[in-house]
Amino acid sequence: MIPLSHYLVLGAILFSIGVVGIFLNRKNLVVLLMAIELLLLAANMNFIAFSHYLGDLAGQVFVFFILTVAAAESAIGLAILIVVFRSRRTINVQDLDRLQG
Amino acid sequence: METVYLLIPLVCLAAAVLVGLAGQWLGRRAAHSITIGAVAMAFVLSVVVAVEVAGGQRFDGSVYIWAVSDGIQFEIGFLIDQLSAVMMVVVTFVSLMVHVYTIGYMHDDPGYTRFFSYISLFTFAMLMLVMSNNFLQLFFGWEAVGLLSYLLIGFWFERESANFASLKAFLVNRVGDLGFLLGIAAILYVFGSLDYAAVFASAPQHATETMTGILGSQWRWLTIICLLLFVGAMGKSAQVPLHVWLPDSMEGPTPISALIHAATMVTAGIFMVARMSPLFELSQTALSVVLIIGAVTTISMALIALVQNDIKRVVAYSTLSQLGYMTVALGASAYSIAIFHLATHAFFKALLFLAAGSVIIALHHEQDMRRMGALWKRMPVTYLTALIGTLALVGIPPFAGFFSKDAIIEAVALSHTPGAKFAYVVVVAGVFVTALYSFRLIFMVFHGPSRLSEDNRKHARESPWVVTVPLILLAIPSVLAGLVLVGPTLSGHLFGESVMPIDGHGINGYGATDMLVHAWVSLPLWLAIAGIAVAWILYLRSPHAASRIANRFRLLHEILIRKYGVDELYERVFADGGQALGRTLWKFGDRLIIDDTLVNGTAKLVGRLSGVVRSLQTGYVYHYAFAMIIGLVALMSWFLWT
Amino acid sequence: MSFLQFAFYFFAMILIGAAARVVTVRNPVKAALYLVLAFFSAACIWITLEAEFLAIVLVLVYVGAVMVLFLFVVMMLDIDVARLREGFARYLPVGAVVAAVMVIELGVVLTSGRFDLESMPRPSGHGQDYSNTREVGLLLYTDYVYAFELAAVLLLVAIVAAIVLTLRRRPTTLYQSPARQVRVTKAERLRVVQMPSESRNKENQGDPS
Repeated sequence: MIPLSHYLVLGAILFSIGVVGIFLNRKNLVVLLMAIELLLLAANMNFIAFSHYLGDLAGQVFVFFILTVAAAESAIGLAILIVVFRSRRTINVQDLDRLQG
Repeated sequence: METVYLLIPLVCLAAAVLVGLAGQWLGRRAAHSITIGAVAMAFVLSVVVAVEVAGGQRFDGSVYIWAVSDGIQFEIGFLIDQLSAVMMVVVTFVSLMVHVYTIGYMHDDPGYTRFFSYISLFTFAMLMLVMSNNFLQLFFGWEAVGLLSYLLIGFWFERESANFASLKAFLVNRVGDLGFLLGIAAILYVFGSLDYAAVFASAPQHATETMTGILGSQWRWLTIICLLLFVGAMGKSAQVPLHVWLPDSMEGPTPISALIHAATMVTAGIFMVARMSPLFELSQTALSVVLIIGAVTTISMALIALVQNDIKRVVAYSTLSQLGYMTVALGASAYSIAIFHLATHAFFKALLFLAAGSVIIALHHEQDMRRMGALWKRMPVTYLTALIGTLALVGIPPFAGFFSKDAIIEAVALSHTPGAKFAYVVVVAGVFVTALYSFRLIFMVFHGPSRLSEDNRKHARESPWVVTVPLILLAIPSVLAGLVLVGPTLSGHLFGESVMPIDGHGINGYGATDMLVHAWVSLPLWLAIAGIAVAWILYLRSPHAASRIANRFRLLHEILIRKYGVDELYERVFADGGQALGRTLWKFGDRLIIDDTLVNGTAKLVGRLSGVVRSLQTGYVYHYAFAMIIGLVALMSWFLWT
Repeated sequence: MSFLQFAFYFFAMILIGAAARVVTVRNPVKAALYLVLAFFSAACIWITLEAEFLAIVLVLVYVGAVMVLFLFVVMMLDIDVARLREGFARYLPVGAVVAAVMVIELGVVLTSGRFDLESMPRPSGHGQDYSNTREVGLLLYTDYVYAFELAAVLLLVAIVAAIVLTLRRRPTTLYQSPARQVRVTKAERLRVVQMPSESRNKENQGDPS
């Protein structure tokens, strides 16, 4: 049988890949958003694994809400990305330094 | 009677407020009618009170309680006994005379109604001071008369010198007032009460209490209290070294010099010490200090009066000298005699000031005695009254000043206070100097060749009746007050137990007749006569003798002209020193430490730190994301290993 | 090795590989497609955990809607792929260190024995008549109904926000406004003009008298 820790290790690997993705990609905002999706997926993986092993469906309900928020987040993120691209003609993360004082 | 007591000061206050606020609307005539009416009423009521007090009635009680804090009552109250009754009569009488006189003196002044408002208010404050039965009200009156003095010295506020003089008076008085306030605080600390009766009653129990000073030295509380209170008296009564404000206060109108700076306010210090006699009696040290200070003031100020040429300043220095006499009397524990001299001095010095004012009016505000002379024919009333005042001042029997001054000299001679020997020599010498400068004034102003300017030669003539009537009315007590009061004073009947009795002085039983007889065989009278003779020789018979002597003793003359350099000293030490201190504090404290180091330094530090910190704000979102992630990792590690 | 184990490890491999490709691949279109693969594998793994409903939702919603949105945006924007790869390796050490620390830490936690079969045995699984959708639905519409409504509102806000953000009016574009068409009133369309009536007699017109 598969122990719970294997699922958790899988989630940890996914999470690490997402973090590394954020570090590596400073050129493309879209890929950054995708890395964030990976992080969320890792979290969801853990939730579902625990839900199954503990026999509590609340974990799945939580994943449901996370999916909702993640969908909203990526919709708005993409919308902002489009607005940024329209005004700056780029989605290169290193060019987006307007926050600097 | 309580209503009457309340009415005496309040009627003056009401008149002052009414005239002060509605003066322009009331007009000049109504203004002086109201205030004179009020002060006249106060005078009549004071006489009534004095008669009652002479009949044995006393009053000591509070009228109103301001506040109660930690068991200490702050109240308005009256203590009516012989001492305050005498003071009330003197104050209201001189004030009434000055009010009437002011009609003539201030006739053309634009500040006419304001002036009447001020002097009525002053009368109110002075009455509150002398009628008080507690230290708080005493302090209130004390400060109020100081304020009015400031306002009245600077009455002609367009004059720069008047403004400086009023500021000087105020600042010097502040020094004394600080001491006075500290003294009151010390009384509150030691006795736990501000009420005269309570403090005096428990004073003997606290007589030996001490406090530990610097280097473990022991100080008796009562000595400290008395010295601090006397510092206040030194400021108000212009004793050396806080005397510098009084000569300059002559910048004010002459009625003010008469009322405030001769007869009443400056004697507040004397009155206060007499009032505190139960405390001072318990401290030999304080009495000795009082005696010495008074003696130094007496002789040093009298000598300055010799070289002054401004008629008002001569009288002002004479006042300082006479205040010195009173202080000497206080130091010799002869409180009732000090108050006796205070009363007679109030009459004849107010008379002298008003006479000087009369001369000044007649000569169109000419004050230099070198441009006067031979005025006795033109101004007979002024001349005669001034002569009476001068004779009283010099101490020629049977004028008022003779009795009071002789009593002081006798008291000092019999005193056992340390320093009494020195004081005795000084007060006796003072008699000679007093006679010399007083008759110098009389001879220079009223006798000798006329040195008037062309303009004054034509117009100078006797002053109107509103000026001369007060002169005559003041001349009467200047002649009689001593004769009438000396017996009761010396027998102890006049002041009774309101001041500490002067035990063991041996002059208790003397009466007027005894003194008149005794005078002719005593030194002071002959010294006074010698002084008059010398003045006659120097200023009438051979007018150049004075300047020859001045040239002969040039150094001494210069010292006197410069008034011992006290003004210069204060200017150097306090004014320049204060400026130097201020400049140092400004440069080092304000600019270097506060501005450059604290204010700008903080700004610069923030700027530099921000320069470092701002490189953290790259504006790249992913940098912030890194920070979050690294923070997350750090947090996880922390959880894991702790 | 049972089928379940095989399926888990199989899909886990695919998931990890796809995820790694997502963050390393040069072309964002490919990255999006790898992400689709990753999501799909994740959905399969979720099925092994008896979370069928969520697995289906992940495929339908994420792969079907969100990832299509990603692809759409990526393709719509004119992105210079070559330039986007510059400086790839610059932050690799930092990223690798952070990732390594995380993996080590997670490993320490996960291998502590607290999550192995002994301390937390795998449940035996439900019978054939068990419906995961029904169970989740029961929970969602009873205990979590307020949160559910809030999630709905959140999605609505996201929709509106996304539209508002990307909406722009070009002044050159002509468009109809049905609302204004419906709201129009008579006064806006019809103008009644008052004018004097014309005389039938033509001669009188020119006559000044």
